[in-house]
Parts: sequence; C-alpha cells; structure tokens
Amino acid sequence: MAGRGRMGRLAGTAGVALALATAGRVLAVRRRGSAWPRAAGADPRPGRWQVVTVDRAPGEVLPGGRWPEPLRRLGAAVQVELRPAPGCRGTELAARPVPGAAAPAGLAAHLVGDDPGLLVRRALRETKQLAETGEVLRADRWPADRAPGSPR
Amino acid sequence: MRALCWVGAGELAVRQVPDPELRNGHDVIVRVRQSATCGGDLPLLAGRVPFLAVGDVLGHEFLGEVVEVGPQVRRHRIGDRVVVCASVACGSCWYCRRDLPSCCDNGSADPAVAEAAWGHPTGGAFGQPRAMGGFAGSHAEYVRVPYADVGAFTVPEPVSDDRALFASDAAPAGWMGADLGQVRPGDVVAVWGAGAVGQLAARAARLLGAERVIVVDAEEERLRMAERHAGAETIDHRFADVTAELRERTGGRGADVCVEAVGAAWNGHGPRSLAERFSGGAERPAAVREAVHACRKGGSVFLLGEFTGFVDSFPLGAVTNKGLTVRGARQHGQRYIPMLLERMARDELRTEHLATHRLPLERGAQAYALFRDRADGCVRAVLSPDLRPADG
Repeated sequence: MAGRGRMGRLAGTAGVALALATAGRVLAVRRRGSAWPRAAGADPRPGRWQVVTVDRAPGEVLPGGRWPEPLRRLGAAVQVELRPAPGCRGTELAARPVPGAAAPAGLAAHLVGDDPGLLVRRALRETKQLAETGEVLRADRWPADRAPGSPR
Repeated sequence: MRALCWVGAGELAVRQVPDPELRNGHDVIVRVRQSATCGGDLPLLAGRVPFLAVGDVLGHEFLGEVVEVGPQVRRHRIGDRVVVCASVACGSCWYCRRDLPSCCDNGSADPAVAEAAWGHPTGGAFGQPRAMGGFAGSHAEYVRVPYADVGAFTVPEPVSDDRALFASDAAPAGWMGADLGQVRPGDVVAVWGAGAVGQLAARAARLLGAERVIVVDAEEERLRMAERHAGAETIDHRFADVTAELRERTGGRGADVCVEAVGAAWNGHGPRSLAERFSGGAERPAAVREAVHACRKGGSVFLLGEFTGFVDSFPLGAVTNKGLTVRGARQHGQRYIPMLLERMARDELRTEHLATHRLPLERGAQAYALFRDRADGCVRAVLSPDLRPADG
C-alpha cells in the first residue's frame, strides 16, 4: 500500500519514527507534526483521516503494540497511524477506510449505514475512551431498548 | 419507577418507566430526594430542541442517596447522601485534567450530534435528548450516574438537602460566571438575570471581592431577593435604560465584569417557528447585547445563557473597539462543587430561598408551568418523589 511505503521511508530517514508489528500488520508511529500520508495510486480521493487526540502516551494507547478491540473489529478495512501530539497532549491517533476494502458487515453495517467514515470515527472514539477511562461509556437503555431479545 | 416525561411541546406527564441499570463499572444508581426545575429545561419543554422524544425524562439538578454501586467505584458506598453535578465528565481526559469538565471528551455516549452542532464533542448532561448524550433525567425516583467518582459528591453532614441541591448546577454555574469572568477585588460587577444562577453569580462576585454588584431583572420579587441574599444593588429592566443607568452608577466607566445569566427565557424573542427550529434560525440575545455595551473598555463579559443555536445582531464591533474578553461555558461543576459545599457548610453560601415551591413528582407539569411563567413568585420549583401527591 502506498501509505505504508511512505511510512517505511519515514521510519528509515527521520530517525524518530517507530514501526510496531501488530497482529500481522505494520502500524506506524510518526514523527510529531509530520503530515498524515496521502494515498497514492489508483484512487485519487481516498477517505479523509479521522483523528482523535488521546491524552496518553502511545504505549498506553496501543498496549503491547496491539490494536485495541474497537479498532481490531475493523480488521484490514482501515489504515491506522499514530504520532505524539504537540505540547505533551498525548497521542494523535488517526484512521481511515482503506480504498476498495470490503464494507463492514453485520451489526457494524447496521449501525453506520453506508458511511464507513462514521464507523472509523466511532472506533477511534471508543479506543480513546478505553485508554483514558478504562471503559467505553454506554448510554442508558430506553424502554424501547428493553424489548425481549434486544442487546444489553 | 415513576418519572416525569416529556410527551409533546409544552406537555409533561408522570409515567411508569423501567428502573435505571448499572451500565458501566463507574456507575452508581441514586434514589432521588430532590430535583429542581431549571431554565435550561424550558427549550426542551417547549419542543425547541430537535431530537427530544416522547417519553424522555427531564431534569438534571438533583440530590439523593446512593442505592447501587458499580464495581469500579471507589469514593461512594450505598447509603451516601450525594449531590450530583448536572453535567457528565470522565475526569481523565485532557479537558477534565485542566479543570474544564463540561468540555469533556468522554462525557457523552453519543457525541455525534454535538460534533455536528458545535464542531467537537462536549461533556454529557442528564435529562437531554438521547441523541445528545444518552442519560435520562432526574425527575424520577432513580437515576443512573456515570463516572460517579467524578460527578457525585458526598454532602457534608451540616448541609441540608434543601441547600446542597443547588450545588448540582445553579451554584457552580453562578460561581463560574464570576470566577472565569475574572472578578477581582474592588470590581463593579453587573449581572443580567436574578434567577437562581444570577443570584448565585452575584453572591459569588461578592465572595470574590467585588466592591459593588448590580443585578438587572424585570421581576420585582427576584430583585428584592438579590438585594437581600446577595448584597446586590438592582436595576429593574422595565423602568430603566439599563446601559445609561450602569454608566451613571460606574462613574462613566461601565462594569468591570458583566455576567449574562438570563437563561433561555429572556432573549428578546417569542416562540420560534418550526422552520426556525430546524433551519438554525437565529436567536436575538438582548441581554448579551446590553452586557457588551455596558462593559467597560478592556472588561470581561461571561455568557451563561442557554443558547441553542445561532444569534444575530451581535455587536461584534463593540468587542473589538472596546477590547473586551467574551467568554462562555456550560458549568464546570466538578471543578467547583467541593469548594461550594464547604462554603455552604460555613454558611457563606445559602441557597434554600431559591426553592420557592416544593411539589411532589406527580405535580411536575404544574411545577414547570409555575417556573416557566414565573407565576406566584416562582424562582425554582423543586420536585420530590417522596412527597405524596396531596402534598406541596
């Protein structure tokens, strides 16, 4: 993938970037202030990066170098990168749908309709919440949610 | 359980709804003893806020007793008497760690609407539409409180329920207006609105060292309260040119700090049409305009009002030409509530007089009618599930 190729160059030349092997894919830790890579090649309009800033160090955002569950659910459908945030604000975590990747299926597809960017945004937000608070905040269940057979 | 539910524009009804459940490890369930009406509820009640659904439970300013505790809760036990901050914040994100909890990144279970409306997620709140946070309101027998170690505060023994209730929302909002408005010893402070928040902003300004505090309102009884309980001078908006009066009383300088605390009820407009509601049609913030004109050069204007969308006719030229600082916020209660409870315990801050009407939950619709219409001298109506329907 073009984006990963550029990450590789950056890792080799900048001297500050770090590549983590995570569950069979490479995840780039980028230099502070560096631009998120633009995809090159066949698709001139790749999905825009969705980015959240997590008020934790990169190692706490991806403990053990593993993708946390909210991102793992998206599998190979997304490209993920992170870099230190300026001013000791933690870590900027970015993800975007991989052009041409399979659309989400099942419950995920039901939740986000046909907008993969929404699913990515939600996964980033949940990853941030897990790192900062230890849990993903859940809404109250409304009466309609409590019908027999509805998920808790 | 019983709960006061929104059932249509201007319509409320007490219904049976399922009891709340622990949904996260940091939750507690609180049995509500008292829950207050608030100006922030009025746009919801009137149907001015999209996404409110029939059956949604209103209310966000409350006090009660912990009856169930999540496994991650460390600071509370069953039986604790707690006042709960009206806004929901995690206590762990960048904003919470910098004492801006109402800007919390993690306080809402569904921040998509806030992101679309304001550009970023904001902290959660009780009693808002589900699409704007996800937490049912406090006009009910029980409420689920997320992040309870951060947002629920044990009430010190000497402080009564009647006093501590307003540490949930009105007192931190008022305090924040004076504190973040940067009131300094010797200042002249003008406060628009003599409701609960305005009175408490005036009292806060006094406690922070303001030499004179001038409260503006159009309700005689509220103005008398501000004089009596906050040590304020007053201007009756009905009979005065407020800007000229303030200029005269401040030696021609204008007020050092102006706090706008008129809530949603007094912004110089009537009911908005459906088209205005859904197209984001502008509001006309009369009190804000007046505050900007009345503020001295280099002074500070703090906005506490509940503006639900856009405003027009804002005197931006006055802001730049006079070098004003204009700032606003939803209340950062988690930052102020422990200090406010201490001041309440020392009798520096008294709030009982604000609860002009106490009614059982079953009479919630009547309570809101009194509050909305400012009938019978109503400043705040307080609902209690423990009162019998014949009481109050």
